[in-house]
Amino acid sequence: MSAAGRPAQAADAAFRQPRIRVFEGEVLLGYLLLAPTLAVLLAFLAYPFVIGLWLSVTDSEVGAIGRFVGLGNYRFEFLHDHVFLQSFSNTFVYTAWTTVFKLVLGLVMALLLNQAFPLQRFVRAALLLPFIIPTVLSTLAWRWMFDPTFSVINWVLTRTGLAAHGMNWFGTPRAAMASMIIVNVWRGAPFYGISFLAGLQVIPVELYESARVDGATRWQQFLRITLPMLRPVLLVVLLLSTILTFADFQLPFVLTNGAPYSSSHLLATWAYAQAIQGGAVGVGAAISLVLFPVLSVVTAGVLIALQRRD
Amino acid sequence: MATIQGTLRPDAPPAPRRGIRRQSARGHGHEIGDTLLGRWMRLYLPVLFFLFVTLFPFYWMFITSFKSPSELLDFKQSPLFVIHPTLEHYRHLFTQTNFARWSLNTTVVAVVSTMLSLVCSVLAGYSLARLRYPGASTIGWGIFVTYLVPPTLLFLPLAFLIRQLHLFNNLWSLILTYPTFLIPFSTWLLIGYFKSIPRELEESALVDGATRVQAMVRIVVPLALPGILSAAIFAFTLSWNEFLYSLIFMNDTIAKTISVGVTSELIRGDDFFWGELMAASLLGSLPVALLYSFFVDRFVAGMTAGAVKG
Repeated sequence: MSAAGRPAQAADAAFRQPRIRVFEGEVLLGYLLLAPTLAVLLAFLAYPFVIGLWLSVTDSEVGAIGRFVGLGNYRFEFLHDHVFLQSFSNTFVYTAWTTVFKLVLGLVMALLLNQAFPLQRFVRAALLLPFIIPTVLSTLAWRWMFDPTFSVINWVLTRTGLAAHGMNWFGTPRAAMASMIIVNVWRGAPFYGISFLAGLQVIPVELYESARVDGATRWQQFLRITLPMLRPVLLVVLLLSTILTFADFQLPFVLTNGAPYSSSHLLATWAYAQAIQGGAVGVGAAISLVLFPVLSVVTAGVLIALQRRD
Repeated sequence: MATIQGTLRPDAPPAPRRGIRRQSARGHGHEIGDTLLGRWMRLYLPVLFFLFVTLFPFYWMFITSFKSPSELLDFKQSPLFVIHPTLEHYRHLFTQTNFARWSLNTTVVAVVSTMLSLVCSVLAGYSLARLRYPGASTIGWGIFVTYLVPPTLLFLPLAFLIRQLHLFNNLWSLILTYPTFLIPFSTWLLIGYFKSIPRELEESALVDGATRVQAMVRIVVPLALPGILSAAIFAFTLSWNEFLYSLIFMNDTIAKTISVGVTSELIRGDDFFWGELMAASLLGSLPVALLYSFFVDRFVAGMTAGAVKG
């Protein structure tokens, strides 16, 4: 070290004193500031989770905690409850299809919005609207649009000659699932689109410029620059959205609530039907805990993705 | 539903994004074939298509709410327009149902739970972003994980807990439980903002004799106001849109929130009061839509802060 280092060290020492004192006080203050948050999360999140685990191994009914029945509820669900098995597979089908559509449409939306055109800001704001509006209320509008007798979608389809006769949207299991997927994509694609747009806007322009100089086509630019640069955003959005879609309740509850014949239930709505409408709280708790392993795996994925990003 | 955002890392936060930067036409500059026709095919038509699909359900909601009962079910004329608009459904909503009360309940719950959550999150966010103590990073990640826990997993045991606390049909049941999903997200968003504020500002105040708490309140919090506003808008929207907890905890017509009141009292068995339902959906969407239209940029910044590393 040269002599020039000395004054700096002296200054550093002068600063260090208050800093050390501060640091000692930080432990107490740190925990004190965390206390309200931890109290809320422990009381209304961690504690209920433990109660939930307990409920799922009892024969509890509404208002009364029941006897311990071991894994009886789970065994019953997986071996004897056909609606459960249907809703179990529905949940995966629903998550998979909606995710694919939201991903593709979100990407298209982001690429469109990333260009300059008149009213661009207005369009961006308008396209995000489905994501802002209460899901229950917008799903009601869709339910009215899918109405068996007065479906405006069917009216348009038959009037324009796209279909010979209207579709009974909640009449068959397949159509009911399709309607749920359509509404979920309508509601969720904007989130993908706006997140991807934010991702696109941090890609350095120079990359595209040098690619153009090298004679790369648009498609090559998209594959070699846009997609790889977007990968981190893509991954996080995908994982977060998977969690929400997998545990979706509002949309299936309002749109079909299992119709027709309990064929379009998802795990969340079936847990509600069993526990609240059927009174079997223990069974319901077991059904919603079936979500847990999948959610844990995806959550681990999110954490790894976020940590690897830096 | 919940939304997705606030996935900042405690130790390496993205810089806050103050609105989306406008850098247009990136990578899609004027190339060969960029004629007017080309722009229509590649840009305007797809944008119009997205706009139409996104906005049509809202148009349908709007138009339905002004149709008289006879016009509502008359498909001989075009259902896409209203011939004799009437305010009948709106009057009905306010005179025959408790819609006004449901709106009040929703507002009270959203405002109070948002404020509670913000206070907790500012304190916790500051603690995790600025103070050094053992376990800080673990707790930070723990709070992030709780954000990924969907209400679907917890509603049954929470109902059990709320019953024990005698809070059924009491707005406090929602005010106390909504922070379980509002706090984790706001905290993560705020950690990013707090970290972006230069430490030196605070340290010079400390050297001048201010205490930690004074430095936090007078320097860091005012500088983080944009972030706090983003968190507030998002938290308000999330609690306004919540459905499942409210559905379970609120059975008295006087205690219901908009989403629950509308779905449980304007649908009677197979009877759907579509005019009232759409009027209520429109009115129930208005507050968040207005809030959103005033703060689009703050909203988008909050939403994408997590997914995009700035």
